Amino acid sequence: MPQRTSDSSRPVIEVEGLRASWGGQPVLHDVDLSVEAGEIRVVMGGSGSGKSTLLRYLLGLHRPDAGTVRLFGEDISRLGRRDMLALRRRIGVSFQGGALFNSMTVGDNVCLPLREHTRLDEHTIRIMSRMKLEVVSLAGFEHLMPSQLSGGMVKRAALARAIVMDPDILFFDEPSAGLDPVVAADLDALILRLREAMQVTIVVVTHELDSAFAIADRITVLDQGRILMTGGVDEVRNADNERIRNLLTRTATDTEVDVDDYLERLTQGVGPQ
Amino acid sequence: MAAEPAASLPYRLTGHVGRRFVQAVEEFGYGAALLVESLYWIVAGHWLNQPVRLRVVAAEMIDIGVSAVPVVAILAFANGGMMALQGIYTLQDFGAQSQVIPGIAMSVTREFGVLIAGIVVAGRSGSAIAARIGTMNMSQEIDALRVMGIEPVRYLVAPMLLAMLVMMPVLAILADAMAVTGGGVITSLKLHMALPVYFDRALAELVPSDIGQGLAKSFVFGVLVVVVAAGNGFIARGGAEGLGRATTRSVVLCIAAIVVADMIFTLFLSR
Repeated sequence: MPQRTSDSSRPVIEVEGLRASWGGQPVLHDVDLSVEAGEIRVVMGGSGSGKSTLLRYLLGLHRPDAGTVRLFGEDISRLGRRDMLALRRRIGVSFQGGALFNSMTVGDNVCLPLREHTRLDEHTIRIMSRMKLEVVSLAGFEHLMPSQLSGGMVKRAALARAIVMDPDILFFDEPSAGLDPVVAADLDALILRLREAMQVTIVVVTHELDSAFAIADRITVLDQGRILMTGGVDEVRNADNERIRNLLTRTATDTEVDVDDYLERLTQGVGPQ
Repeated sequence: MAAEPAASLPYRLTGHVGRRFVQAVEEFGYGAALLVESLYWIVAGHWLNQPVRLRVVAAEMIDIGVSAVPVVAILAFANGGMMALQGIYTLQDFGAQSQVIPGIAMSVTREFGVLIAGIVVAGRSGSAIAARIGTMNMSQEIDALRVMGIEPVRYLVAPMLLAMLVMMPVLAILADAMAVTGGGVITSLKLHMALPVYFDRALAELVPSDIGQGLAKSFVFGVLVVVVAAGNGFIARGGAEGLGRATTRSVVLCIAAIVVADMIFTLFLSR
């Protein structure tokens, strides 16, 4: 069973040669990634770059076609059910849409991991969940249903649920997506505060440049399922790579069209026989 | 590159039938796996620190069972009444109207009581379970459960299965009682017979195995509804339209599975 104490010199997340495909289409090509303990790593890329897919593999939601994903030194595709459950208690995830359980109040959402994984009495569970709601500035909202919250509040409630078990790694999927710039900046500040307060390793998947530059220790740029570079904020800002420059300067990429290929794609299977 | 020759109609038809057959086998296997996994969590969950919570089971029992009581009662009562009317009408040609009583008692307890309960539960819970799990699937709630270390099948499906295994037999017995009562009201009116006399005769005709047959079926129907509905919820894709399709499909398949299972049961138990 994975132990709570891990080798501090070893990266908490190690990905080697990860290959993945959806419906026969390859989406990740030999991805290598290494995240140190206490680091805030941003995985940045445009739509369809494979960053959300990479996150799903880091969370162990799918088995890779090839390669390994190690969390706390454990190859997660080789872990048994019991060990995987134990490992998952050490990670917290804030999904893009929050993924709060709509049939439960905000308070019950935050209490759920404690109720399921601990033998604490109900009073203690309530107090602990309120402490986490205080951290995300949602104290007093625990009786509301998720449908009664604004977009920013949903993200913060999801974050409260993600940190309620005091995880060692926190994953964020597009934390700023759909939020106005002020609320997004608040959330960035909250992520930084959490790292200071909890000494947690944070992985953020996003396409929001401002957010990425504001919070990242290091940024991994993903494009068409391949890692273009990993480096500090300034390194990425000054990168020469054309694809990265396009991403940073919001420049549309021109794709050269092969006329024969184009016609074949249009007419395949529908032409006169 | 030259275009592929157009597939002929028989070729396409065979391909379509083949694909649907493979899909059906796949879904059957998926349902069986869901059932086995639910049973696994019910039995072994406690030792893996993932127990099936009785509080959740109780909530499901209310949702699946208690809320269905009025509909089951009304449908079963009306059905018993209709059986009495049709039975008396048919048997009066032979002057054997009073034989409607054993007819109602036996067909209701062996067959129709549990079938009515099953179809009501399939209609109500078959759609509700598929819609709930499908919505959770699409809004990443199922993923959220998994990454929190909470097995979705243990947390969602196993309590439903347990609740169904308790409530289906209860609803089946309720449906039996209401259908026999419905038949009794009509019979007593039509044949000018006192209700206690009707009940005495009805009960005298029954043996425990008649009720046992209905109860055995109720367990199977309950399992079918949960497995089919949850399976359709888990594989639901494609937004609101996909969810609607999965819900409708779930109800249709639940009812079809119940009727086919009932026929197979009757075939073997009526020998």
